[in-house]
Amino acid sequence: MKLTDIASPDYFHKVVDCQWACPAHTPVPEYIRLIAQGRYSDAYMINWYSNVFPGILGRTCDRPCEPACRRGRVEKEPVAICRLKRVAADYKDDIRARLPKPAAHKNGKRIAVIGAGPASLTVARDLAPLGYHCVVFDQDLQPGGMMRTQIPKFRLPDAVLDEECGYILGLGIEFQGGRRIDSLKALLGEGYDAVFVGSGAPRGRDLDIPGRKEAAANIHIGIDWLSSVSFGHTNRIGKRVVVLGGGNTAMDCCRTARRLGGADVKVVVRSGFEEMKASPWEKEDALNEGIPIFNYLVPKAFTHENGRLTGVLFEKVRAERDARGRRQLVPTGEPDQHFPCDDVLVAVGQENAFPWIERDIGIAFDKWDMPVVDPKTMQSTRPGVFFGGDAAFGPKNIIWAVAHGHEAAISIDKHCRGEDIAVRPDPRVALTSQKMGIHEWSYDNEITTDQRYPVPHRDKEIALRDVRVEVELGYDPSLALAEAQRCLNCDVQTVFTGSLCIECDACVDICPMDCITFTENGEEDELRQRLRAPANNKSQDLYVADNLKSGRVMVKDEDVCLHCGLCAERCPTGAWDMQKFLLEMTQAGPACHSSA
Amino acid sequence: MTYLAKPKFHHPALPKNALGYTHRDYEGSVSTLCAGCGHDSITGAIIQACFELAIEPHKVAKISGIGCSSKTPTYFLGNSHGFNSVHGRMPSVLTGANLANRDLIYLGVSGDGDSASIGFGQFAHAIRRGVNMVYIVENNGVYGLTKGQFSATADRGSKAKRGAVNNDSPIDMVAIALQLGATFVARSFSGDKPQLVPLIKAAIEHKGAAFIDVISPCVAFNNHAGSTKSFDYVREHNRAVNRLDFITGREPIAVDYAPGELEIVEQHDGSRLALRKLAADYDPHDRIAAMNYLAQRTALGEIVTGLLYVDRDPEDLHEHLNTVDTPLNALTEKDLCPGAAALERFNAGLR
Ligand SMILES: Cc1cc2nc3c(=O)[nH]c(=O)nc-3n(C[C@H](O)[C@H](O)[C@H](O)COP(=O)(O)OP(=O)(O)OC[C@H]3O[C@@H](n4cnc5c(N)ncnc54)[C@H](O)[C@@H]3O)c2cc1C
Ligand SMILES: Cc1ncc(C[n+]2csc(CCOP(=O)(O)OP(=O)(O)O)c2C)c(N)n1
Ligand code: SF4
Ligand code: SF4
Ligand code: SF4
Ligand SMILES: [Mg+2]
Repeated sequence: MKLTDIASPDYFHKVVDCQWACPAHTPVPEYIRLIAQGRYSDAYMINWYSNVFPGILGRTCDRPCEPACRRGRVEKEPVAICRLKRVAADYKDDIRARLPKPAAHKNGKRIAVIGAGPASLTVARDLAPLGYHCVVFDQDLQPGGMMRTQIPKFRLPDAVLDEECGYILGLGIEFQGGRRIDSLKALLGEGYDAVFVGSGAPRGRDLDIPGRKEAAANIHIGIDWLSSVSFGHTNRIGKRVVVLGGGNTAMDCCRTARRLGGADVKVVVRSGFEEMKASPWEKEDALNEGIPIFNYLVPKAFTHENGRLTGVLFEKVRAERDARGRRQLVPTGEPDQHFPCDDVLVAVGQENAFPWIERDIGIAFDKWDMPVVDPKTMQSTRPGVFFGGDAAFGPKNIIWAVAHGHEAAISIDKHCRGEDIAVRPDPRVALTSQKMGIHEWSYDNEITTDQRYPVPHRDKEIALRDVRVEVELGYDPSLALAEAQRCLNCDVQTVFTGSLCIECDACVDICPMDCITFTENGEEDELRQRLRAPANNKSQDLYVADNLKSGRVMVKDEDVCLHCGLCAERCPTGAWDMQKFLLEMTQAGPACHSSA
Repeated sequence: MTYLAKPKFHHPALPKNALGYTHRDYEGSVSTLCAGCGHDSITGAIIQACFELAIEPHKVAKISGIGCSSKTPTYFLGNSHGFNSVHGRMPSVLTGANLANRDLIYLGVSGDGDSASIGFGQFAHAIRRGVNMVYIVENNGVYGLTKGQFSATADRGSKAKRGAVNNDSPIDMVAIALQLGATFVARSFSGDKPQLVPLIKAAIEHKGAAFIDVISPCVAFNNHAGSTKSFDYVREHNRAVNRLDFITGREPIAVDYAPGELEIVEQHDGSRLALRKLAADYDPHDRIAAMNYLAQRTALGEIVTGLLYVDRDPEDLHEHLNTVDTPLNALTEKDLCPGAAALERFNAGLR
């Protein structure tokens, strides 16, 4: 197969599984090492630069990094990347002096930012220090978007939100809270240099089955109900509650209901428990709070008496594969099941809605009534109008909203400078040897076999009493250190120089994971099977290098390398070196200007 | 060397042998030799061979003398028996252990200093007595542990690291082993595991004195230009007479070599050696021819490697001495003191 081009930034970036999987490409191992060193503020700033909301995300992120984490392929569980981020936020010093200052000179450009969710706030954060005048509009009085209105306070306290939204608004941004934009056309008429739409996906799906109208008083749309709880308008619910739906919203609904008087709260899902959209840890938290999850039940009707809800009737189904191999739910034929209850929370999905965007202003919408948005530039079909977050491609999560925000900010900056927004900046990369002595590295290369440390939770009795009491207590510094040590430092790369190699096999013999093979080159599929251990994980690259005297090639399977550096310690000639690969995404500003 | 223990984690898809072990289960503690030492590769080859043969580690005794090479048994088979004897005395300790308990597999690990200098006589006698063992010499041409003096296997004219030239005649341990009647004689190179691992496996299964000379570059003191035991020199002058596959069991052998190129050698215990010929007319069953071939090729400056000689019908010391089958530690008092009548019969036999 082809020799590996380690000069291409993507090659080593992919080896850092967590960073590659993070939509904002946060340099995870770099901040984890800083946490291990007790340098919480430094760790926080790395996060703040990349993902804008370390304290918020450290509590709520969907963590696409964790399923990707190499540690999870070496033992049972990945590193607790997300909760370590929270440690940086919890134990940092006052970092305000390290934040960018409001621009001393404005550049005269005005940007309208609609919605004050994470996508919009990221756009404003990236642009304001460059001198842009950003006006952020939100129909709500306070910034944060769904982070404030949807995510329950027991997962994300207001203090954390206020702090991190405050850092952004403190950059000289004009925030117009309580102002809803009812016409984009009108706004465009106000002469902004660019507009960013970060209005989210605000509409909860309803469930139109018999009884819906008659029992309406006790049937609530999940996200509307959650925001009403957040605003303090709702503070009670019936004793027996049925939550319909298997996503994260359903998990927040049931756990919130449990705190507002719901003693008997059930979650009921159509499909199997395993197929539920909710993250495994959210399901676990719900189960731990005494909320059972019933599966393979399709809601058929809301039952009611005298205009009052009495329960929900379900048809029992099972999953089957149809002729084309697609999974289908078919009725089992068993009698329907009835769950009596006082209230129902419907959490079966979320939709976009853009009633305030006119369809004759050059912004194309597709057949699903979604704006047509370029996934690289985030620009709509009308130059100068950009979308991001849930408004762009439907409901996702905070970290995706942030990633969109960064890309949109780059586009807006280029757009305002008259540059081609399709030309995207390269990331900044640096590769630095970690060698300090014969057996000494500037990172801790000893591998711990410790298993993942659970995050301490508040006593359930207390937690269930108040919807505003945070459940998770977070790691303390000693737990954080122990958990941080589980990180394999995947950014410290094994870099091979064939011309130095004498083919002594020392690296092959010492490698605990059988990653390294010296062999004849071949086609990739075949080569993968004749390595010291079969390289069956095709999502992980093979590192192939030549320049060996014997004419063979060195093949390293990146899959389960522990980055322990033993190969480099054992190599008599320095043909292996451990080099730290630091990749930082380029954000809006001089570094992304074509003429820079 | 490294100061860290090798992490316990292993590749999730590592193959397991018949005992359910992975090759990692055959490791010892982490090596303290210089990074890149050929001896460590031989350690790797022994681990691989024992793993592939699914040997129970407690059925192995590792016995060695003194030297970097003799330290290596610590680095493999951490669950086996071991004895680190004084310099050059591995063969007699091994012989004694073998006589006391013939049920174990004896792995004698030595160096060229340990076996060709101080222990030369010991080496000779263990071989000529036909002790059932695998005798591995990790041959680097120097006394590595004492900082690189020429050993008795250093070639005449080869240069030490500081430039001194060796004027003494070398001892070719393979030639001596052939002459002394070893029933399995091979030479290999630490940098060629595909050749070395099957040779070690075949030697372990061989019921007699099996000798393997493994050229093993000393990266610290004997891997420079002018050395004849360096990685480069050995790779350039290596002349392999054959390639060996070791096969246990009786399954049909599917190998796609042209007729005549492959020879299947049935061993006494039913296991078989599949020998792929590289030197067309080389016959590994003809001891005299082997000695001739070796002498001729050595004179041409070549390093002959491969399975050089194997006796299809070896004998061992126990047969020669007609010793009891049972290990001595398992003999009961009744076996050892058979009573006055037996003594009477015995004495009568001597009258
Ligand atoms: C119950 C629930 C729990 C969630 N939990 C998590 C979680 O734990 N982790 C996670 O990563 N994600 C979670 N999410 C998803 C996450 O909240 C969203 O993906 C994210 O907030 C989207 O960000 P955004 O910037 O696109 O906009 P949003 O956060 O949706 O903010 C949009 C803002 O725009 C305002 N707005 C809309 N239209 C107008 C208008 N016309 N004029 C003025 N203002 C307007 C809205 O009031 C709102 O404040 C959850 C979602 C829900 C519903
Ligand atoms: C009786 C005795 N004499 C001398 C020594 C010093 N000594 C230690 S190791 C060694 C040579 C070892 O050479 P070799 O067997 O080739 O091992 P290597 O280190 O090269 O692998 C010598 C002479 C000793 N330990 N004991
Ligand atoms: S760092 Fe080197 S020795 Fe360690 S697992 Fe990776 S390849 Fe193997
Ligand atoms: S240890 Fe170094 S010199 Fe030896 S084979 Fe590996 S890379 Fe090559
Ligand atoms: S001195 Fe030579 S023989 Fe001894 S460990 Fe170092 S390289 Fe190996
Ligand atoms: Mg030696």
